[in-house]
Amino acid sequence: MDVPVEYYLIVSAFMFFAGMYGFITRRNMLTILISLELMLNAVDINFVVINRFLYPDQLEGFFFTLFGLGVTAAETAVAIAIIINIYRNLKSIEVKNLRGMRY
Amino acid sequence: MNFLSVFVLIPLLTMAALLPCRNIKQLRGVMVAGSTILLLAAIWLVAAFVGERNGGNTAQMLFTASVTWFAPLNICYAAGVDGISVAMILLSAVIVFTGVFASWNMQPQTKEFFMWLMLLSIGVFGFFISIDLFTMFMYYEIALIPMYLLIGVWGSGRKEYSAMKLTLMLMAGSAFLLIGILGIYFNAEADGQGLSMNILELAQRHIPIEMQRVFFPLTFLGFGVLGALFPFHTWSPDGHASAPTAVSMLHAGVLMKLGGYGCFRVAIYLMPEAASELSWIFIILTGISVVYGAFSAIVQTDLKYINAYSSVSHCGLVLFAILMLNKTAMTGAVLQMISHGLMTALFFALIGMIYGRTHTRDIRELQGLMKIMPFLSVCYVVAGLASLGLPGLSGFAAEMTIFFGAFQNPDTFHRVFTIIACSSIVITAVYILRVVGKILYGPAVNSEHLQLTDATWYEKISLITLIIAILGVGCLPFWLSGLANESLAPIIDRLAATI
Amino acid sequence: MLHTSLILITPLILFIVLGLFGKYLSPKAAGWLGTAGLLLITCLAYITAYHYFFEVGKVDGVYQKMELFSFSWLHLGEWLVVNLGFMLDPIAAMMLVVITTVSLMVHIYSSSYMKGEVGFQRYYALLSLFTFSMLGLVVANNIFQMYIFWELVGVSSYSLIGFYYTKPAAVTASKKAFIVTRFADLGFLIGILILSYYTRTFDFISLTDPKGALISNPASATFMGASVFTWAMALIFMGGAGKSAMLPLHIWLPDAMEGPTPVSALIHAATMVVAGVYLVARLFPVYYFVTPEVLTGIAYIGAATSLFAAIVACTQTDIKRVLAFSTISQIAYMLVALGVSKYEGHDGLGYMASMFHLFTHAFFKALLFLGAGAVIHAVHSNEMKDMGSLRKYMPVTHITFLIACLAIAGIPPFSGFFSKDEIMVAALHSNVAVFVCQYIVAGLTAFYMFRLYYNIFWSKDAHYHHTPHEAPAAMSFPLIFLAALTVAVGFIPFSTFTTADGAAFAGHIDWSVAAPSIAVALVGIGIATLMYKSESGKADKVASRFGKFYNWAVHKFYFDELYLFITKNLIFKYISTPVAWFDRNVVDGFMNFQATLTYTVSNGIKELQSGNIQRYVWVFAMGALTTLALVLFVL
Repeated sequence: MDVPVEYYLIVSAFMFFAGMYGFITRRNMLTILISLELMLNAVDINFVVINRFLYPDQLEGFFFTLFGLGVTAAETAVAIAIIINIYRNLKSIEVKNLRGMRY
Repeated sequence: MNFLSVFVLIPLLTMAALLPCRNIKQLRGVMVAGSTILLLAAIWLVAAFVGERNGGNTAQMLFTASVTWFAPLNICYAAGVDGISVAMILLSAVIVFTGVFASWNMQPQTKEFFMWLMLLSIGVFGFFISIDLFTMFMYYEIALIPMYLLIGVWGSGRKEYSAMKLTLMLMAGSAFLLIGILGIYFNAEADGQGLSMNILELAQRHIPIEMQRVFFPLTFLGFGVLGALFPFHTWSPDGHASAPTAVSMLHAGVLMKLGGYGCFRVAIYLMPEAASELSWIFIILTGISVVYGAFSAIVQTDLKYINAYSSVSHCGLVLFAILMLNKTAMTGAVLQMISHGLMTALFFALIGMIYGRTHTRDIRELQGLMKIMPFLSVCYVVAGLASLGLPGLSGFAAEMTIFFGAFQNPDTFHRVFTIIACSSIVITAVYILRVVGKILYGPAVNSEHLQLTDATWYEKISLITLIIAILGVGCLPFWLSGLANESLAPIIDRLAATI
Repeated sequence: MLHTSLILITPLILFIVLGLFGKYLSPKAAGWLGTAGLLLITCLAYITAYHYFFEVGKVDGVYQKMELFSFSWLHLGEWLVVNLGFMLDPIAAMMLVVITTVSLMVHIYSSSYMKGEVGFQRYYALLSLFTFSMLGLVVANNIFQMYIFWELVGVSSYSLIGFYYTKPAAVTASKKAFIVTRFADLGFLIGILILSYYTRTFDFISLTDPKGALISNPASATFMGASVFTWAMALIFMGGAGKSAMLPLHIWLPDAMEGPTPVSALIHAATMVVAGVYLVARLFPVYYFVTPEVLTGIAYIGAATSLFAAIVACTQTDIKRVLAFSTISQIAYMLVALGVSKYEGHDGLGYMASMFHLFTHAFFKALLFLGAGAVIHAVHSNEMKDMGSLRKYMPVTHITFLIACLAIAGIPPFSGFFSKDEIMVAALHSNVAVFVCQYIVAGLTAFYMFRLYYNIFWSKDAHYHHTPHEAPAAMSFPLIFLAALTVAVGFIPFSTFTTADGAAFAGHIDWSVAAPSIAVALVGIGIATLMYKSESGKADKVASRFGKFYNWAVHKFYFDELYLFITKNLIFKYISTPVAWFDRNVVDGFMNFQATLTYTVSNGIKELQSGNIQRYVWVFAMGALTTLALVLFVL
């Protein structure tokens, strides 16, 4: 039984907007990072699904997703490293405490 | 590679030589060596220049050289000097030389201070040797920027404020100037030769009068800000008051002259029609400067403020003379630039030395210094007398040349302003004698001051050099006025051609 | 040639040597050096004057202006050249004699008077500077050179008045002297500007040549209804009036008495203050031929000043101030004489009389000042009330002072009589009002001089802390020498030497004028004798008769207060202070306002760039959604 394409898109849309909501509203940097991951993964899902349904005989979408995952992993690693360093320095990862580099 | 580049190279090498220095003694040694070589080179240049002229070389600029460094816009490193630049180079060299001795005990960060000072000198000398508009402008900016740090870091009082104000106002001026320069550059008719930045080439071309009307005021204003033109002079009192001694000396003594020099080398020389058409506006402004600065100086209580306002008045006279657009008055302007440079440097050096001892510049707290430090006080009196135009000292010859030149304009407008400008000699006498009477004469009341010492040997070198120069200009003005006079001929010819 | 140039070079070298190296010399050595140098200059000046008057000066019976040397100093345009030169004519030669003689006497006198003062070497250095500048002034061959040295005498006078620089009164007085004369010099400068523009020369010889371009064919330009030459010559006279302390620029001279007394004798009695007279005499042909109206004005100003100063002199109690006002009055006499003079032959009597009076006045007024100095030296006070009966203690000073008083009062055979008589004759021939005024002044002069004389040497027996003693030899020698001159110089036949046109004429004493003037002088002396010879209440009674007028005179008619009001209140309070305020608050305020404005605006909008990425995303997302909605539903 085939799952219709709308189902995938609805899930990914939920994921994306949940991520965006989290990104805008959360104050904790880790949560923000997770929200960011959520958005990236939603996009990845879209790539895969649209590739699968529109151009089943091509693989660009899949490859793009694989690259995307790699970049995401790297980016997460860097982000977490930054967050850990910030935590070491400030004993906090709340965004609102990070005002030293404004303006 | 021509001889003139030496004046840029010596400060550059001095900067390099400062780098490995480890203690203040070495720094002083390097600076004294550098500035002495600079002074000798300047004297040699004057001698060589006079020699060439006597040898019958009548070219407008001597020792010219040109290297293209940005071909698409035809920007060259073009150097060349005439009598006026030679005189200004000598003035700058004297003041750098004396400035080094005046900042003998500069603390802290002596090395950095001297390096910035040398960078400033590069800008100044580069400006005077350039005959390419863009290169000139570049050196002008090089001279401005170190000022910010020199005042902001090593100054006193409200130094950050003053440094910021000075830099911003002068930068605003140079923004006008840049527009003016671009206007000249793009509007000088090309005759199929392509655009040019070289002043000598531009002088052969003609800028349409409509364009001149736009760009002459901009250029004049741009240089005028540096020449303390009313109402753009307010950086001067604050800036001078906060700057350390040597910087005040260099700034009032040389940097303010960049304004006057630029006014006739660029604004009037390249745009003579607009100059004769619009000069009346600036005559009014400079006339105000002259009297206004003098009146303001009467009631000031800080020695440096008095001097800064007096500079406004005297530099106003320079611009005033330039705007009279005749040879005698312009010769007077050159003399006045030299004279003001020397005496104001002497003033600032003395004020620095007095301040270094008494830790105050307030004339209400100083009294009877003549008894305590006779050498410094006598020098102060000499500077004062030079400032109020005593014959035999530099101010007199300069002012007289200006007044007599200005009076040669036969219309009432020019003459009324000449007489107004003349009246400044009385007001000058009032504020000079007020200060001299207050701080030097009278009984020494402050008992702490009684222990103070007179000038040290390095201070004496600085002061005596300046006084000799003042006496030299004052007693024998004819060689300097001759030097300026023949170099002004091309400018006057261009002006005469417009009428 | 060489010896004449040495007249100028020697004092300059003396000034430099004493000024720079004075502190390495002992005071005595410095004094000797200065005096010896001046002796040399005096000899040279005498030789030069003799040479001029009796050997080379006269061509066809007329004294010529001789330019000994001249070199160009500064070019002021194509046709104006400032030369520095040395020109001799009768009045220059005469002035050389006057200046060097008085200066030499003052040098000798000072060696004793100033003994032990701090800055003795500086004093001699400044005296040399003054001598140099004054000599340069009188031998100037062009008006600009005169202006140069004019300023230099001003500054040497400034430094010498303020010699006691720790004394506030001296500092104030020196400042006042300099600024007042400087103000007058502004007029002088503008006058030169105008004159040189229309005549295209500074040169005295071409300016004053009666056949020259200026006199035979002056330019006809006018300014505000008056000829430019009227303006020029009036303004030039303003310079002269400042130096010569004419009304209303006289206020600096009485205060200048704060300087050492020998300086007052040299500068403020004999030489510098007559520079104004000398200037007018120098340019006399121009005044006479081109601007006679200015010359008439000079006569009136002179007459008013002489009367004013004589009245004030009657009421002062500081002996140096009495002498100062007497100087003003006598200089005014000289200007009156010039003002009423004509040019040719015997008509030029006034000119001759003026120069004659200048000559005699220099000696007897120097004598009076030096005598007053001796008195002050003895009693350590300037006030009349601290003196009295000094004739017993100081016979030499007494006799010489008396001679000088008789001379200034115009009693024959003392020199003042001769010169004053010539002035009276000249005035009578030209302007009766001025003549009457001068008669009154003659009487007043006799009165106030003998008031001074009696108050010092007769009157009461003042109580002295220590007995006053006669002046030492170095001080009494100049007194005796000058007294001898005062007696002798009246007999010089001046009309054969210094005349307006250079040609000699026969001078004689007009007894119809002289006799009444002697009578007036005797009346003045008589009244003074009655009132002051012995201490009595008469003087106070007379003073109270005059009531308010007396009070005004004591306060010098409130000129000082007027000037103080103008400078302190008007210039300081209502010009300078507002200008300074305007500069700080309006001009600079505008600059600061721009800075503040920039700062405020950027501060206001910086919140937009908060650095808060979440907010950026929110704005971005909303924007994207809005755009989407617009694309989908509106377009």
